[in-house]
Amino acid sequence: MRGVREVMTHCPYCALQCPTRLRSDDEEVEVSPGSLSDGRPGALCRKGWTAPELLRTPDRLLQPLLRGADGELVPTDWDRALDFMAHRLRDLRTEHGSDVVGVLGGGGLTNEKAYLLGKFARIALGTSRIDYNGRFCMSAAAAAGNAAFGLDRGLPFPVTDLEDAQVVLLAGANPASTMPPLLRHLERAQLVVIDPRRTATARRAALHLQPAPGTDLALLQGMLHVAVVEGLVKREYVRERTVGFQGAWQQASAWWPERAEQVTGVPAAEQRAAVRLLAEAERSYVLSGRGIEQHTRGTDTAAALINLSLALGLPGREGGGYGCLTGQGNGQGGREHGQKADQLPGYRPLSDPVARAHVARVWGVPVESLPGPGPSACELLGMLGAPGGPRALLVFGSNPVVSAPHTNHVRERLAALDLLVVADFVLSETAALADVVLPVTQWAEEEGTLTNLEGRVLRRRRLLRPPGQARSDLDVLSGVAARLGQPAERFPTVPRLVFDELRAASRGGRADYSGIDYERLDAGEVLHWPCPTAGHPGTPRLFLERFAHPDGRARFAEVDHCDPAEIPDEDYPLHATTGRLLLHYQSGAQTRRISELAASAPNPFVEIHPDTAHALGLSDGELADIDSANGHVVARVRLDRGIRPDTVFVPFHFPGRGTANLLTGNALDPVSGMPQFKSVAVRVTAHGAAGETA
Amino acid sequence: MSAVVIAGNGPAAHRLAERLRRNGHRGAITLCGDEQEPAYQRPLLTAVLTGELDADDVRLAALPDDVRVLTGVTVTGIDRRHRQVLTSDGRRHRFDHLVLAVGARTAVPDVRGLRAARGLLAEGVRRLRSLADCREPCVGPTVVLGGGLRGVEAANALASFGHDVTLVYPGRTPLHRHVDARAGGLLARALSEAGVGLLPGRRVTGHGPGVVSLDDGRELPCGSLLLCSGTTPNTALAREAGLAVHRGVLVDAQLRTTDPGIHALGDCAEHQGVVLGGLTHAWRQADRLACLLTGGQERNSDTTDVTVLRPRTQGFDLLALGPKNAFHEGMAEDGEEVVFHDPARGRYARLILYRQRVRAAVLVGLPRAAATVQGLHERGLLVPRDRLAFLSGTSGVYRGQPAPDTSVVCPCNNVTRGTLRAAWDQGARDADRLVSSTGAATGCGTCMPFVREFCAELSREGMVP
Repeated sequence: MRGVREVMTHCPYCALQCPTRLRSDDEEVEVSPGSLSDGRPGALCRKGWTAPELLRTPDRLLQPLLRGADGELVPTDWDRALDFMAHRLRDLRTEHGSDVVGVLGGGGLTNEKAYLLGKFARIALGTSRIDYNGRFCMSAAAAAGNAAFGLDRGLPFPVTDLEDAQVVLLAGANPASTMPPLLRHLERAQLVVIDPRRTATARRAALHLQPAPGTDLALLQGMLHVAVVEGLVKREYVRERTVGFQGAWQQASAWWPERAEQVTGVPAAEQRAAVRLLAEAERSYVLSGRGIEQHTRGTDTAAALINLSLALGLPGREGGGYGCLTGQGNGQGGREHGQKADQLPGYRPLSDPVARAHVARVWGVPVESLPGPGPSACELLGMLGAPGGPRALLVFGSNPVVSAPHTNHVRERLAALDLLVVADFVLSETAALADVVLPVTQWAEEEGTLTNLEGRVLRRRRLLRPPGQARSDLDVLSGVAARLGQPAERFPTVPRLVFDELRAASRGGRADYSGIDYERLDAGEVLHWPCPTAGHPGTPRLFLERFAHPDGRARFAEVDHCDPAEIPDEDYPLHATTGRLLLHYQSGAQTRRISELAASAPNPFVEIHPDTAHALGLSDGELADIDSANGHVVARVRLDRGIRPDTVFVPFHFPGRGTANLLTGNALDPVSGMPQFKSVAVRVTAHGAAGETA
Repeated sequence: MSAVVIAGNGPAAHRLAERLRRNGHRGAITLCGDEQEPAYQRPLLTAVLTGELDADDVRLAALPDDVRVLTGVTVTGIDRRHRQVLTSDGRRHRFDHLVLAVGARTAVPDVRGLRAARGLLAEGVRRLRSLADCREPCVGPTVVLGGGLRGVEAANALASFGHDVTLVYPGRTPLHRHVDARAGGLLARALSEAGVGLLPGRRVTGHGPGVVSLDDGRELPCGSLLLCSGTTPNTALAREAGLAVHRGVLVDAQLRTTDPGIHALGDCAEHQGVVLGGLTHAWRQADRLACLLTGGQERNSDTTDVTVLRPRTQGFDLLALGPKNAFHEGMAEDGEEVVFHDPARGRYARLILYRQRVRAAVLVGLPRAAATVQGLHERGLLVPRDRLAFLSGTSGVYRGQPAPDTSVVCPCNNVTRGTLRAAWDQGARDADRLVSSTGAATGCGTCMPFVREFCAELSREGMVP
C-alpha cells in the first residue's frame, strides 16, 4: 500500500473510547481527535495523542516464541507454536480432564475476541475455568447494578447527558487523571468527590469528602441517613419505582452522620452538605469508580451508592441518574459476551437453562456439553498448578503479574503450571514467563467493535497491516481449535462474521446486540444496546419506563459497613491505596513503551503526606521501603499534602520491585470476587533502614 | 449448645443477638424487653419528637426467626443457682449466659408537681427515653430541663422546627461538665441563635398545669416539660441477685459481672469506675461480647476512661473528647496546649497534646477539625505540624510554590506556562493557535479559560516596550 491513508477509529485505551482520525504515509502515523457522536470536535489526553508510537515500538513481538530446553524463549513459526500448544493441551486433557486448562481474558479485547474466546474455552477446551481481568475492574459495580436494576450497563444514559447536570457525585473516581476528556462533559456541574486523596478531580470539586480507605460504605450510609432524616427522600418515586427501601434504611438508621464521621473522618456537616447539594439540584447524577468498588465489600459499597441514588429518585429518569465509569477500553463489551466465569453471550447467566439452550443452539453443540460456572479470576489464579487446579493457562489481553493482587503469589502459581501460553503484542511481564508467546495484532492493525462506557457499540478500524508474523487473536483461536478437532466454520477469523454470530448468540439476552451490524455502524449510526431488531434505534437511555426486573422496580439493598479485611495496626500503621496515573494505562505494558509518557512518569513512587514523611524521617525523592503482610515494594517518596496523613498512595502501573500489587492481598469480595486493591495496611521506612530488603 | 438470655431489647441487646447468630451461635437466644414495642433506634427519638420521622421509621430490622423476642416482658429476678431468670409474665427461662442490657432510666428530680398519683408523671411532663415518650408532639411552650447532651440536642432540634423552647440548667453554660467556659459560651450563643431560650444557673422548683416555677421565684408558661436531667443505670436486678454493683453493674474487661455466667453492657454497666454511656460504645461492647461468647478471639478491649461527646446538633459543631479533668490537670512534661479562639465567628479550639498526640480536645464551630481530631485521637496518630492550618480545616503550606514558568497549565498534555510562552514567542498569538501548537486544552479542556487569560496577559506584556 502506498500514499496517505486515513481511518476513523478510536483510542486504544480507556472506556471513554475517544474517536480518533488516524493518518499514515508509510513512515509515520498521525493521530488527531475525531468528532463526537453529535458532530462536535472531540479531544484526546496525552495517552491518546502519543498512542501511535505504540504501533512501532521497537520491542514489538514479530514471531511466536517457544521456550527451549535451555529455558530461553526462542523464535519459531506459527505452525510449530500452535502444534506444540495443541499437543500439550491434548495430553493434559487426556490425563486430567477438560478443567485442566484455564483461560484468562481481558477487558481490552474487542467484542469479537471476547466472544470467540468464551466460545473457544467452553466448546473447544470444554473448560469451566475461564475468567478475565475485568474481575479486577468492573465486577463489584456490575454485581450491584444487576441486583438493583436487573441490568448492568456502565452508564444507562449517553455520556453527553452529563453536560446538563447541575451536581455530579463522583464516588471513588478520578476522571481528570483516568479519562480526562470526560471532564468536558462535566464543565457545568458542581462536583462532589469522594476520595482519600486530593486528586486532580478533587481539586476541581465544590465539595471533597475525604474518607479513610475502606470506609466508603459507612460514609454512604451516613449520607442516606441524612437524606431520610432531612426529608430529602423522593417518597413518591421510592413508592412507585422501587422495593426494599425499609430494609436499606433500617441499616442506615444506625449511621447518623456524627457516627459515620467517627469511622470515616468525613465531617458530619460535609455529609449533610453533599446530600443537600444532590437532593436540591434539579439535575443530579451519581457516578461510581474503582475507589469505592475495589474492596472486599465492593459490591455492598456500590449497592449503598445505588441506595442513595434511588432514595434521591435519580435512576431511570431524564436529567438524573446513576452510572459506573467503566475502566478498560472494552470493559463493558468484555463483560457481556462470555469470557466471564458465570456468563454466556448477551450478558446471560451461565446457570440459566434457557440461556444455555439458546447459546448451545447457536453454537451447534449439545446443551449438556456446556460447562457450568467456573471460579473468578483471583480464585482461578490461586488454584493454578495446585492439586485439582488447572495445569495450563492461556492468557489473552491481560498482564496479571502486574495487575492482579498479591503478585508474589501469582508468580508462584504461574511457575507451578505445566503450560503457560500468552498472546500479546509486546513481551509483557507475564509473557516473559510463558512457555509459548503468541504475537497478536493491536488496535490500528485490526477490525472489530468495542462497547464504551455508555453501552454504545463502536467500530475499531484497521489502518496498518500487522507487522512481522503478528496475527489476530481470532486467527490464534481458530488455529488451536482446528488442531483440537473443531470444525473450521465454528471459529471464523473474519471479525464481521464473528460479530454476526455474536448478534445471534446475544439475541433475547440482557445485552441484545442482534439489531446492530457493521453496516449500520459504518453508516455512522449511534447505537446503544439493547438493540433487538434491525430497525431498532438502540437504547441510549435505559429504565425511563421501568427497571429490568420482572416487576419493573429497582431494588434497594440491605447492606452495612464492617471493617475492611486489613486495618492498620502497630506493625503496619498506614493505609495504602493503589491506583492510576494520567500518563499510564493498566499494567503499563503499553504506555511504559511510549517515550514521552515513560519520560514524564518513569518510576514507581509512593505518595505520602509531608507530616507523615517527616515523622518517618523521609524526604521528597528518596527511596522508601513499603511493606505489607503480603509483600515488599521499593519506590521513591513523593510528598503531597493533599493525601490523608494516615494514607499512602502507590500507582500500580510499574513492574519489578515497584509493583504495587506486591502489597495487596488475596482477600476477595464474596459476591463479585473483586480483590481489595484500595485498602491494605502498610509500613513505610527509609530504604534499607530495616536492614534487609527483598 | 448454650442458651443465651438477654435482659433488654434496646439497640445494644438487638445488636448482640444479631451478632451472636452471625458469628455462628446455634443455641437459643431470648430477649426480654419491658416495652410493648418492637426494638427501635433510640438515638433517633428526637427526630420522632420533632416529627421528622414516624415511629415506624425508627424500627430496627427484624432479628432472625430463630431468635425469640418477648416484648412487654420484664426480667424480674435471677435465680443464679438454677441458672434461670424469672419474668413478669410468671415464667422462667433457663440460661447458660445471661446478659444484662437493661440500660438506664431518666432521673426524675424531687420537685413538687412532677408526679401525679401512683408515682406516674404528671400531665405535660415527659421523659425522652422511649418511643412512647416521643409519639405525641410537644404542645405549647416547651421547657427542657437539663443542660446535658440530651437536653441540648432536644432543645436545638425543637427550636429548629419552630417550637417555643426554653432550656433550664443549673450550670453557667450548657454541657458545663464537658466543656470549658469559652466553649460553653459559644454553645450558648449558638443555641440562642437557633431560637432556644436559655436560663442558666436555674433549677425548677415546682410544676403545675401549664406552668413551672424556678428557684429565683419566676414562673414560666409550660405546655410540655421534658426531663433531660441525667440518667441512672438500672441496677436493681443485679443488686437483688447479689452481683456487685456500684453506680452501674460492675464488669471486668470481658464484660463479666461477679458471676462469670452473667454479663452486662451498655448504659447499665460500669468498668473501672466509669459508666460509659452512649450507643456507639454499647454496640462495640455487644460486638465484643458476641465474639467472646462464640469462642472468637477478642480484639483489643477498649477499656478506656475517655468520653467522646459529639452532640447531634445541626447548625453548629461541637466536640469534647478526653479523660475527665484533662483540662484541670497540670501539664505533663511532654505536654502541649494549643488554643485557637475566634469568638466573632463562633470558633474555638483547645487541645491538650501529649507527645504530639491528642489527649483531650474541645472544639466549637470547626467541623472539619472535629472530624480530624477524633481520628487522630482514636488511632493515636501524630497531630499535623501546622497546628493552626489543621484546626482551621485547611492543609498547611509545607513547600514553596513552583516557579511560574515550570508550573503545569494543562496536566492532560503536560503543557507548562513556559511552553505557552515559547509558542507565543514563535508566533502563536491567539488562544486557538496556542492550543493547536502546544496541545494545551485538548484533553479534559478545563485549562482553556486559563489559556485565554494567559494569552491576554502575554499580549498585554507584549505591548510594554
